[in-house]
Amino acid sequence: MTYAEGIRAGFGYLFKTYPNVFAIGQGLWSPWYVGASMTDLDKEFGRERVIDSQVSELSTTGAAVGASLFGYRPIVIHPRIDFMLLAVDQIVNQAAKWHHMLGGQVSPSLVIRAIINRGGEQGAQHSQALHSWFAHIPGLRVVMPATATDARDLLIAATLSNDPVLYIDDRWLYDWDDEATPIVELDLARQGPLVRRQGTDLTIAAASFSVRLAMQAAEELAKQGISAEVVDVRVLNPIDPAPIVESVRKTGRLLAVDGGWRTCGFAGELLALASESLPSSTWKSPPRRVTLVDAPAPTSKPLEDAYYTKASDVVAAAQSLI
Amino acid sequence: MATEECGYATGFRDTLGALANPKAFTGAIDLAQVESGWAVSKLREMIRIRVAEEFVGELSESGEARCPCHLGIGQEAVAVGVSAHLKSSDRVFGAHRSHSHYLALGGGLTELFGEVLGKEIGSSKGMGGSMHLYGPEVGFHGSVPIVGATIPIATGAGLACKMDGAGGIAVSYFGDGAAEEGLLHESLNMASILKLPVIFVCENNLFSSHLDIHLRQPQNTIARFATAHAMPSHTVDGNDVVAVARATEQLVARARKGEGPGFLEAVTYRWRGHVGAKEDIDVGVRRHPEELVAWKHRDPVRRLADSLIARGAMAVDGVAKITEEMSADCTEAIDRARKAPYPPVSNLLDFVYQRGGK
Repeated sequence: MTYAEGIRAGFGYLFKTYPNVFAIGQGLWSPWYVGASMTDLDKEFGRERVIDSQVSELSTTGAAVGASLFGYRPIVIHPRIDFMLLAVDQIVNQAAKWHHMLGGQVSPSLVIRAIINRGGEQGAQHSQALHSWFAHIPGLRVVMPATATDARDLLIAATLSNDPVLYIDDRWLYDWDDEATPIVELDLARQGPLVRRQGTDLTIAAASFSVRLAMQAAEELAKQGISAEVVDVRVLNPIDPAPIVESVRKTGRLLAVDGGWRTCGFAGELLALASESLPSSTWKSPPRRVTLVDAPAPTSKPLEDAYYTKASDVVAAAQSLI
Repeated sequence: MATEECGYATGFRDTLGALANPKAFTGAIDLAQVESGWAVSKLREMIRIRVAEEFVGELSESGEARCPCHLGIGQEAVAVGVSAHLKSSDRVFGAHRSHSHYLALGGGLTELFGEVLGKEIGSSKGMGGSMHLYGPEVGFHGSVPIVGATIPIATGAGLACKMDGAGGIAVSYFGDGAAEEGLLHESLNMASILKLPVIFVCENNLFSSHLDIHLRQPQNTIARFATAHAMPSHTVDGNDVVAVARATEQLVARARKGEGPGFLEAVTYRWRGHVGAKEDIDVGVRRHPEELVAWKHRDPVRRLADSLIARGAMAVDGVAKITEEMSADCTEAIDRARKAPYPPVSNLLDFVYQRGGK
């Protein structure tokens, strides 16, 4: 099962099992927008439940918030997270706040699915990984699956969660294969970081596509006699620091890898939570992070090559820690 | 005032005509087709709202209520007229100036004052304040101060109504300022395309915060946006509860039958400033004093009362009696709210996610 098939399987399961689930967003009837992740769902489940919408990020997101207050479980889909910025009020001021400011009496239980779609000379407005912004917001759960199984099961868990959830998937992951396992309905509130690979010399913590880079780097490092433990964060907010802290307690070293920018970014948060939790005696070397440089994505190929993190960058940073 | 004197944008068109003229529509409300009992009950509801808002204003002035309070005194006929055709199972959303929307549906006074005072007895458990009222038991599903933000949420509530297929409708209240936000256009378009049972109610009080509509829009009618989105609209005197109710009835009937959304523009005027109890203090901008005085002659309460008295359906001191009764209710409610506890500090984290904790 590929990652894209995992997402589609998640939708299929939800539509089949829960009549109150529907999807709305741009391009849902077109593979051009959402790749193989929603192929023919409209034909299978009807266009009343898979609603291809007008070009209105803000109102479709608000409509999903509204419908979620009355027993529905909407999944609003933004084929590019960049365009989702037009919907930020509904995500940050509305979905994430209503439960708290109305005294816990109501909870917008919607999923906002945002797709990161980078590279390919698409440039600054078709490429952003903005999870750090949204993981800053209390009340909004933020999920970034790295594997096909998680892509499927965390989509289901997000949809069944009573809280608003931002589910971010990355098109660079869509073709990655994973062993197909039976579907499990998870309680999203109980999901957190998982150790994807055991190791003893350093901890590499990452989410989404960066987990793939970390896994590739760990293989390369193993050839050099360096044993890297890879922790897949999976749920960025609310974050459970324990598995990350435990891993660093064991290895004494932390490398955070993130597909976003450096300043006020998620990699910095990983470093901070581990630093705060562990005494200085734990640390065999100061923690480091690998992120994008603080620049918008370029278009030209050689600049793109320099801009995006490669597994070799992770390897080099890991070596510098040892 | 001549256009030049006010610095109005050139090309501005007074498309509302007499409806925006405070010296028009000052006379009797036409009760020809109206049952007296109904009209008296609407008058009582309007007075309840007015008195409650005056008390909120006092609490705000004295500093006892510390949250921003936006009063809709002078606009009572809109919510009362619209609510006349709603059921508690319908789904109504408000904005920052929504005491009237909540109260007109039957929202409780204790819950209102409790919320304004930040007490746990409040409609939002003291977590929201005046701008975040909530009363699902009467059909009021939330209000927020981000301008226009509940318009798509009401549209989504309408989508849920359509999916339910039970004849329910959603109502979105907003002001003329929200017509300057892109999401009104997005939501009207969506509601029209999907034929959603949503009634969009614009309380056009000719002001957004401190700026006159003449300085913000090229025309002063908001119903033009409904025309652009191919939905029926009515533009009525928002200080005439009968006119508001009649127009609402038509739009609601269509929506319940699955014939799609409708748009009501109720032209009215707020007697107080944008926020707080003072008549006009908004960021140093003053409305023309004569205009405010003139609008007070277009008082929705006084006009309905006069019409009822002229018909012989109410005593001359009817308004005073109802006001006294409502004042007593409000005093009791404020007393209860004052004695109620503040929310526990544990709410800070318990209400972030549905099941508390993380």
